[in-house]
Amino acid sequence: MTDSANNPIPQAAQRLSGSQLIIKLLERQGVTTISGVPGGANLPMYDALVGSDIKHILARHEQGAGFIAQGMARVTGEAQVCFASSGPGATNLITAVADARLDSVPLIAITGQVPQHMIGTDAFQEIDTFGLMLPITKHNWIVRSVEELLEVIPEAFRIALSGRPGPVSIDVPKDVQNQMIDVTEWPEPGKAIETPEFDAADVTKMMERIRAAHRPVLMIGGGIVYSGATELLREFAEKLDIPTVQTFMGLGVLPHEHPLSMGMLGMHGARYTNYVLEECDMLIGLGVRFDDRATGKVEAFCPKAEIIHVEIDHSEIGKVKNPVLSIRGDVGEVLEIANRDLEPMQRPLWQQRVAQLKEASPLILDGDDELFRPYGAIKHVANILDDSANISTDVGQHQMWVAQAYPMNRPRQWVSSGGLGTMGFGMPAAIGAALAQPDRKSVCFSGDGSIMMNIQELATAAEENLDVKIIVLNNGHLGLVRQQQTLFYDKNLSSVKFNQGTDFAACAESMGVKGVDLAKEENPLEALKTALLEHGPCMINLPISETEMVYPMVAPGGANRDMIGGEA
Amino acid sequence: METLAPQAKSVLRLTVNNHPGVMSHVCGLFARRSYNLEGIMVRPIADTDGKKSRMWLLLNEEEKLQQVISQTEKLVDVLSVEKHELEDSVFEKTQGFFNS
Repeated sequence: MTDSANNPIPQAAQRLSGSQLIIKLLERQGVTTISGVPGGANLPMYDALVGSDIKHILARHEQGAGFIAQGMARVTGEAQVCFASSGPGATNLITAVADARLDSVPLIAITGQVPQHMIGTDAFQEIDTFGLMLPITKHNWIVRSVEELLEVIPEAFRIALSGRPGPVSIDVPKDVQNQMIDVTEWPEPGKAIETPEFDAADVTKMMERIRAAHRPVLMIGGGIVYSGATELLREFAEKLDIPTVQTFMGLGVLPHEHPLSMGMLGMHGARYTNYVLEECDMLIGLGVRFDDRATGKVEAFCPKAEIIHVEIDHSEIGKVKNPVLSIRGDVGEVLEIANRDLEPMQRPLWQQRVAQLKEASPLILDGDDELFRPYGAIKHVANILDDSANISTDVGQHQMWVAQAYPMNRPRQWVSSGGLGTMGFGMPAAIGAALAQPDRKSVCFSGDGSIMMNIQELATAAEENLDVKIIVLNNGHLGLVRQQQTLFYDKNLSSVKFNQGTDFAACAESMGVKGVDLAKEENPLEALKTALLEHGPCMINLPISETEMVYPMVAPGGANRDMIGGEA
Repeated sequence: METLAPQAKSVLRLTVNNHPGVMSHVCGLFARRSYNLEGIMVRPIADTDGKKSRMWLLLNEEEKLQQVISQTEKLVDVLSVEKHELEDSVFEKTQGFFNS
């Protein structure tokens, strides 16, 4: 475009090092916050970070950094970046990256690597980061020259955000970080590519089938959240009058009290929810992947139903269940077409049957009025907060209790490790949520097992003075393991009790976070209210009995119809 | 000529970007998803200035073949995946190199 002959001052080249180039490219991507830990092999990147507008969050462990970035990504839907050095820095990131892969979270991990001439020599803090990240990312790179960065960084954002989102990793040897380059032309920032095209005629066919079905059920998942299709889905479900189950990743798409919502399905779904699925003649899966925790024994899942599957990742179609009709596409675009001139209809007979099953086998929230019982604790917290709060969890019994009982009412309110089930996810993810959305309270339910797996990040929460509230449902055990040993291993309790307890309130105080032990409070409910409503990080210990169970429960590998416990 | 193991039936013809790591991405996918890979042949494609490679895969995965193809297509460096006949394939033609 510029005619250099007529332009006496040609575009001046900018001379930058590889690490300066990385920071510049990240700024151009709109990155405002990076979590990470510096070390020998990424020192140049940290040198270049000084003077940038990007805010750096110094995590206390690289896994914490990874989950902080995940928390930011999960509540915003934007790709987020974490930094780590080579060797142990990179291996510590692995769990957070793998977790992002299973839950389709756009995470960009940038690691330092030893200089290229030392690669393969077992150098200090050398590890094959490329090889380690390969099976747990959508794509990954080792960057061999500074020029490659101009392509790789935008490409990383493009891949992380396109189609079904997911993590990518970029390994940058130290010599590449130090290599100089003259940049005259900047690449366009990477963004999601166009969604796959589909045939609108398939939507018409789908609608004909759905209208013809007598007992249809909608199964909605994370794809609805990631596609931003919540409103479209609500309209679709309401106009077609279809009872709806939500996968773990889809919680919040339908409001908790919505008349069509049957809550979560599967291993810890309500009895009636799984019974309705037994009887349905059509299951319409929208943005779901038929995870085994949702389906139970696949052969016994929805035995009478034809399957319709709308999904952006074509490898998920037919992977677990063979649909009679499938559309590979963005679920929001499919619903947008489906909703055009959508004639409302009603299914009184089917709704009556669903109501009957619900009446006979509702979700039983035992003890939900008692503060020191799991459902009671969750209900009391929910009553104090409003829908603006983001809710994260760790992994275990507390996670399932929250998934069952907390009134999740909007998409991206729910932040939890579904696919990988990573203990230690909750607090750093809550920190990330608070960083990305400082106006919302960030509430993390945890257990005394999970919280110990990344407890060091309390110091990070204190340092940033974030409005993060951690509620530890403390039963002195690895509760979900204890539950499984009780139910499936003849009560042979093995290595599930913590004989040495931890004073979590004191632990929090030692890292600059307010600690509250509700067991020691004269008016525990008041203390809980005060702790939740004031601004700033706080850890709240809430003792519960180790005999509490998550019910109903389907045995791993069992059919969803064969639930244990939770009878009315 | 010796015949190939009878259970190995499918041949896939991949066009991939020729740069470091692409072999790892393809082989890693097959390993972690437990797809049975019986043979692999790879060379740069002539006239592509070393930019592209052809990868031939010999598979023992009749039932899961569509799933194998879908997963392989998702790899960023895989440009195309095509089913190919075993007959006249590179694996038949080179069988002589793999006899005891």
